Amino acid sequence: MPLFREAGIVEDPWQKLDDDAPVPADGMVLVSFARWREARAALLARRGPVGVAFANTDPVEALASDTSRLDLMTLHFPKFSDGRAYSQARLLRERLGYQGELRATGNVLQDQAPFMLRCGFDAFESDQKGFGEALARARTLFSVVYQPTEDGRATASLLRLKRRNAVAS
Amino acid sequence: MRCVMPDTHFYRPNFYQYDDYDRTLVTERVEQFRDQVRRRLSGELTEEQFKPLRLTNGLYLQLHAYMLRIAIPYGTLSSRQLRKLADIARKYDRGYGHFTTRQNLQLNWIKLEEAPDALAALAEVDMHAMQTSGNVIRNVTADHFAGAAIDEIEDPRIWCEIVRQWSTLHPEFSFLPRKFKIAVTGSPNDRAAVRVHDIGLRLWRNEQGEVGFEVIVGGGLGRTPMIGKTLREFLPKDELLAYLEATLRVYNRYGRRDNLYKARIKILVHEVGAEKMREEVEAEYADIKGGALKLPAETIEAIARQFAPPALPHRPAVVGAVEALKLEDRDFALWLKSNVSPHRLAGYRIVTASLKPAGAPPGDASSVQMEGVADIADAYSQGEIRVSHEQNLVLPHVAVEDLPAVWLALGRLGFAEANVGKITDIIACPGLDYCALANARSIPVAQSISNHFAALARQHDIGDLKIKISGCINACGHHHVGHIGILGVDKNGVELYQISLGGDVDFGKTALGTILGPAVAADKVVEAVDALVATYLDARSAGERFVDTYRRIGAQPFKDRVYAVV
Repeated sequence: MPLFREAGIVEDPWQKLDDDAPVPADGMVLVSFARWREARAALLARRGPVGVAFANTDPVEALASDTSRLDLMTLHFPKFSDGRAYSQARLLRERLGYQGELRATGNVLQDQAPFMLRCGFDAFESDQKGFGEALARARTLFSVVYQPTEDGRATASLLRLKRRNAVAS
Repeated sequence: MRCVMPDTHFYRPNFYQYDDYDRTLVTERVEQFRDQVRRRLSGELTEEQFKPLRLTNGLYLQLHAYMLRIAIPYGTLSSRQLRKLADIARKYDRGYGHFTTRQNLQLNWIKLEEAPDALAALAEVDMHAMQTSGNVIRNVTADHFAGAAIDEIEDPRIWCEIVRQWSTLHPEFSFLPRKFKIAVTGSPNDRAAVRVHDIGLRLWRNEQGEVGFEVIVGGGLGRTPMIGKTLREFLPKDELLAYLEATLRVYNRYGRRDNLYKARIKILVHEVGAEKMREEVEAEYADIKGGALKLPAETIEAIARQFAPPALPHRPAVVGAVEALKLEDRDFALWLKSNVSPHRLAGYRIVTASLKPAGAPPGDASSVQMEGVADIADAYSQGEIRVSHEQNLVLPHVAVEDLPAVWLALGRLGFAEANVGKITDIIACPGLDYCALANARSIPVAQSISNHFAALARQHDIGDLKIKISGCINACGHHHVGHIGILGVDKNGVELYQISLGGDVDFGKTALGTILGPAVAADKVVEAVDALVATYLDARSAGERFVDTYRRIGAQPFKDRVYAVV
């Protein structure tokens, strides 16, 4: 599955491990949340970076202090119309302060990209034709936003306040 | 960045006016949709992929054509906007529209390739069709007497507007388990049905004199009607968005997605219980409150200022000519009683234009009629119009002195029927005549009841009686909360109608109706309603409404009489 960042298509250096596959001593490995819970200590003792793949029903809050030890988290969209991962993404970014790669997997389509960016996703697995071009435009498709999120964009409400204060001073 | 400048107009509307930010977003949204339609027409998007995109722009696929549902936030329109709606209905539809129970306007004959142009035309008057459909936070509704009502604590539209902005293209909540409806009331006398919404917000003043919200969650009609539970007795106003975000997040994460019919928040609240739901929402709220969503006083004030009541000149409260006409003309006297409500100023009244003339489809208005109402609003009501969830139009600021002129002018449009709140002021969904979901027709049933009870004196003798008709269990016609509810069902290809009694949406009295007995044939509905009314007239005591009598004497006398005739 092609992997995109806003700048374009990129190679995927991560190795996805099945839950019963042996863990290699080094290299970048992506494990399920269930495996992470089971083998957390062993995974952290390895030399290489670790990523965790969540189902959209997994409690991301359970990760709490581990967010700084992980370099990749993937959140899944079994169908594009199933929006649970948007909430998981905001919790990871805004509440748990996760800074690493946050990747959308599953049914990832270009018309959802503006929402995903606002919720903190920065990597996207998609086989939709034209996805890369659409992603490059997604952040500026709407030049006005109303909701404060971790993307840090100034909301219309904030811009109005600033403008009023500028007029007043 | 493109901007559309408003035309200059005689009145500066007394409600929120878009600024360049709002306009830019709506314009960009039209362009995005134009591109999506292009991709659909070229086959680049499948219908499955296109469906949620068109739905969040208000475009449904109905039985015969596409239907465009236009958002009328908190049911408030300027005369300029209403004229534009008339214009769009004429240009892109068949010259009429249908006002809905969610204060929106539906056009039933839209062509897909023209839909982006219709949306662009709407954008010229700061309107759109965002969030009138799809699994998102829908257009927020409010008391249709807001800003004019005598019993109001605070104008609920200030908060509707704040919610409108926050919920527009919300990045986290655009793919919810199911649609999500919010209603706000600012009066103790609830006219917004807040207990039967996903979230109902009721403004009230506590003992300390502070105004805040009672937050009611998990109400709704549809297949599984439920009355909402109060999750919070008193929420500080400036934390409204934090509390809404917390509630929506809990719903987005834990609401059921395995079954379309169990996906509304009411099912989640019912399954986990109000206590557990409150715990979850409060825990989430504890993390969010005091943060970026907390509303600065300046922001609230800036929006509130736009809803400041119009500077209405002093007008006399008692007018000789009005009193004289009342004695002379019985229809005018009846109209004053049913269609005219008190205003917060003694020299003014709130006038309801009935979109339910005898035998007409409830809520329909032609382009000519819309333009006529816009003219009347300009001449007599500060250029402002409201849409009520009872599918009527409201002129919120009419001077007592002008009532005869307004009555005559509305009469010329066919909108002066003195039947507001009466037996022919029927709420009905579009039903099988338009809707792909319906099992049975609603409009013809409403029309035959309306014709049968057309005599106004009799209607006024019967008094307040709300009939609500739905063509299927999705309950768009709110039959569960009708004093008389009528539900169309399909039994082996035959349309039958199930009757329920005792529903109500008044605050404090919100109740769901109880099914009377076996469903009746389409051609027996009028006789059944007639029998219900006769039972009431025989049994009522002084001042008792139909629904009060029903509560007092129970279903049996009604049942006996109905099943003796059908």
